[in-house]
Amino acid sequence: MLAFSIRRLFQALLVMIVVALIAFTLFRFVGDPVNQMVGVETTPEQREALRERLGLNDPVIIQFARFILNAAQFNFGTSYQFKQPVAEMIGKRLPATLELSIVSAILAVLVGIPMGVYTGLNRDGVLSKFLLSASLIGISLPTFFIGILLIFIFSVNLQWLPSFGRGEVVQIGWWSTGLLTWSGIKALILPAITLGLFQMTLIMRLVRAEMLEVIRTDYIKFARARGLPNRAVNYRHALKNTLVPVITITGLQLGTIIAFAIITETVFQWPGMGLLFLQSVQNVDIPIMAAYLMLIAFLFVLINFVVDLLYFYVDPRLRAERAIK
Amino acid sequence: MSDEPLKQDAPRGALKRALDSDILHSFLRSKITVIAAVITALYFIGALFAPWIAPHDPFDLAGISILDARVPPLWMDGSDPRFLLGTDDQGRDVFSAILYGSRISLAVGFLSVILAAIVGVLLGLVAGYVGGRTDAIIMRIAEVQLTFPAILIALLIDGAARGVFGNLDREKYVFWILVFSIALSLWVQYARTVRGSTLVEKNKEYVQAARLIGIPPFLIMIRHVLPNVIGPVLVIATINLAIAIVTEATLSFLGVGVPPTQPSLGTLIRIGNDFLFSGEWWIAIFPGVALALLVLAVNLLGDWLRDALNPKLR
Amino acid sequence: MTETPLLSVRDLKVEFPTRRATLTAIDGVSFDLKKGEVLGVVGESGAGKSITGSAIIGLLEPPGRIAGGEIRLKGERIDNLSQAAMRKVRGKRIGMIFQDPLTSLNPLFTIGEQITETIMTHLPVSEAEARKRAIGLLEEVGIPAAGDRLDAYPHQFSGGMRQRVVIALALCAEPELVIADEPTTALDVSVQAQIIGLLKRICNDHGASVMLITHDMGVIAETCDRVAVMYSGRVAEIGPVRDVVKSPHHPYTVGLMGAIPTLIGEHDRLTQIPGSMPRLDAIPKGCPFNPRCAHVFDRCRAERPDPIDVGASRVACWLVEEGRNGHANEVEQA
Repeated sequence: MLAFSIRRLFQALLVMIVVALIAFTLFRFVGDPVNQMVGVETTPEQREALRERLGLNDPVIIQFARFILNAAQFNFGTSYQFKQPVAEMIGKRLPATLELSIVSAILAVLVGIPMGVYTGLNRDGVLSKFLLSASLIGISLPTFFIGILLIFIFSVNLQWLPSFGRGEVVQIGWWSTGLLTWSGIKALILPAITLGLFQMTLIMRLVRAEMLEVIRTDYIKFARARGLPNRAVNYRHALKNTLVPVITITGLQLGTIIAFAIITETVFQWPGMGLLFLQSVQNVDIPIMAAYLMLIAFLFVLINFVVDLLYFYVDPRLRAERAIK
Repeated sequence: MSDEPLKQDAPRGALKRALDSDILHSFLRSKITVIAAVITALYFIGALFAPWIAPHDPFDLAGISILDARVPPLWMDGSDPRFLLGTDDQGRDVFSAILYGSRISLAVGFLSVILAAIVGVLLGLVAGYVGGRTDAIIMRIAEVQLTFPAILIALLIDGAARGVFGNLDREKYVFWILVFSIALSLWVQYARTVRGSTLVEKNKEYVQAARLIGIPPFLIMIRHVLPNVIGPVLVIATINLAIAIVTEATLSFLGVGVPPTQPSLGTLIRIGNDFLFSGEWWIAIFPGVALALLVLAVNLLGDWLRDALNPKLR
Repeated sequence: MTETPLLSVRDLKVEFPTRRATLTAIDGVSFDLKKGEVLGVVGESGAGKSITGSAIIGLLEPPGRIAGGEIRLKGERIDNLSQAAMRKVRGKRIGMIFQDPLTSLNPLFTIGEQITETIMTHLPVSEAEARKRAIGLLEEVGIPAAGDRLDAYPHQFSGGMRQRVVIALALCAEPELVIADEPTTALDVSVQAQIIGLLKRICNDHGASVMLITHDMGVIAETCDRVAVMYSGRVAEIGPVRDVVKSPHHPYTVGLMGAIPTLIGEHDRLTQIPGSMPRLDAIPKGCPFNPRCAHVFDRCRAERPDPIDVGASRVACWLVEEGRNGHANEVEQA
């Protein structure tokens, strides 16, 4: 277990360093940071002084080391556009994105897995065929268009739910939550569905395919031949085996949900970090882009790590490998 | 003795099977697939011949009049027989704009898929054949690459391009920036598939034999690997075409794709989105439906192709 | 004759409807299995041995279906039972053993969980009692330190050990009949004999009859009381092992016997049956063996032979029916 964790940690670190290198390259070589920070009226001497102060004249490798050290302390410099510390700006918007992403992920898993199991077990049922067709449409509809359709139906026509913003939020320490007010929850519904729908259909199709595969295995046939009730065969034996690979992919999907939040946040003007990132791309606000990139990579690595541990817990074959080693 | 011809068939299996009557049969049997194929074909024709089919030229400033702005579609009150699906805020015919928009969407989609396939297949071949460190590096890059969803990669490249070219120059290159960034996010799958197949072929005897008689084994191998992967690559490419079209539309919707002067379907939806609340829903919804229909049709084709080439999954 | 056989299969027909045609995989198979008997079912792969087994236990892979005939267990029909009723037969009255022990056990559950689950499904016992029985069974099948191994996962066992666990699983609800479908094919040659021996002994101890499906005539000769030789979804010859091995009647059986290596046999080389079994969609008219048969005559190509009694055996061959079989044996022995 320990050796496994350390190896994983090392791999994660490697990924982070590669991503940091990309972020640093962006920061250092795309445009001139100094030009972005000062006005037109600044004299060359003042520019040079700033350059020296920022350490931009040091060897690149030292600059990179400094960049990583700063990043490790969540220090990503100052936004070119807003002249505010990037870490603070992102920190303020992190709760909005995380709440949206986690609620969407829970929705996707809680609905997607049962639908996948159902369609896998009842291959030729009418409802299965309907769900399967619906899922293909769900996969084909671009996320932003789903959002627009939902707004069109539920906000413009029916006027049931708000089409933008987070509603009322409650501040708990540095975390702002929309889950404690009625208007906050109402504001969350459409964005969460929009963001979760694609993953939901994906999870459903994945679980279905996996279920179909597992049901054909010898051990399921043998379980049936032993006269175990359908309930036990399907929901105890087959489901557990189905979920092993599903855990991995669902974990990876969680990472993409946070990135896909960019689109949903744009459609619903959700004040999260995705919206901030998009603005930063349009304004070439490199420090924000770099920080966002690092944050996404970090979250991804973190999720991966948790998934690996879960895997360990679920699959005895992996645990045994550890016992031997 | 009777086993011999069977064995020879195996390497060329995918292509041969693709031409087998079973495939044709499953194609004709599945009505939905036929419909999807027809729809896809219609989009192609519409996109290719847009200048001749479209009733109006949305880019011809002389032809459009602001007086025709926000005309609803034909079946609603206040419509104009010239505009089947209504007009947008500039007085452009929505139907024509969709035809021209599909043109850009499909062009970006196709070019990026082709680029991704070429890069992916080559890198996969090299990784599988050379092995060792080269293989490790390519596959590690692929892994890191998979960490980031296509949208994010495209956004980053676009942001970098803005930094390098400046916002105005960027518009000139934006088409190619899109193609490049979407392709970059798609190559991994091809590389993995081809690498796997290459690893299998590499250990076969004919590769050793080629070396013995002095033919570069790499060339021989390519001839054996490529036929093997045509099937899977075709499936990946079809499904990727749908992904590429959606990615382009999403980027354009987010405002980092093609500019409003050359609108793709995504740009049209972005423009129309502003009018959703004022009642001119058709400006956004029709291009959206057109996009969804195209992607759905391509996805259906991809699904069918995957099942047809892979009877085991049925 | 007077005693009701434990298992009686009459005129069984199994079809697989496909897009192009309906394939008949089993066509008119009949046989009986008496209590305590070990019946071998032998034939080339594709002869319909495994499908017969699956049909008896009611687990034909869709779209396969029983299209005719009947299967009786102690006189009661089981081929037309509801899913729920059939489930009570499976495991409880008929145990099944599959070919590959490596894939027969669910890798995510301990073998203890899998055995106790099966016991508790069929017998009204507490979990503690089920566990106790499980340990007893594992000891019986020769798993050392059974008490400790109960909480081990399948991958922690070797192939031979896993097949022992599978045998324990098939027997844990005390079935009257065990269908073993090529139970040793996937195993090392060195453990095959042990497993077959174990299977025979333990079924005997528990009073279970055995239907042993295999393509290994040697195993049949050593283990079984009677043997059914299958070809192209039909029984070519069925009878006491002694008779079938010593004096086979059907030319196909004769060929199969020629393919067994013996230490004391008078053959100096193994004979081989030319050609291969027809595909299901190309079964010839008449006797399905006629294209490969050295003694084929006109009637074989036109009419299908039904099994007739020859001594203690039943044989489906026109040669036998027309009294030409002595001829067949002579030619083959020469």
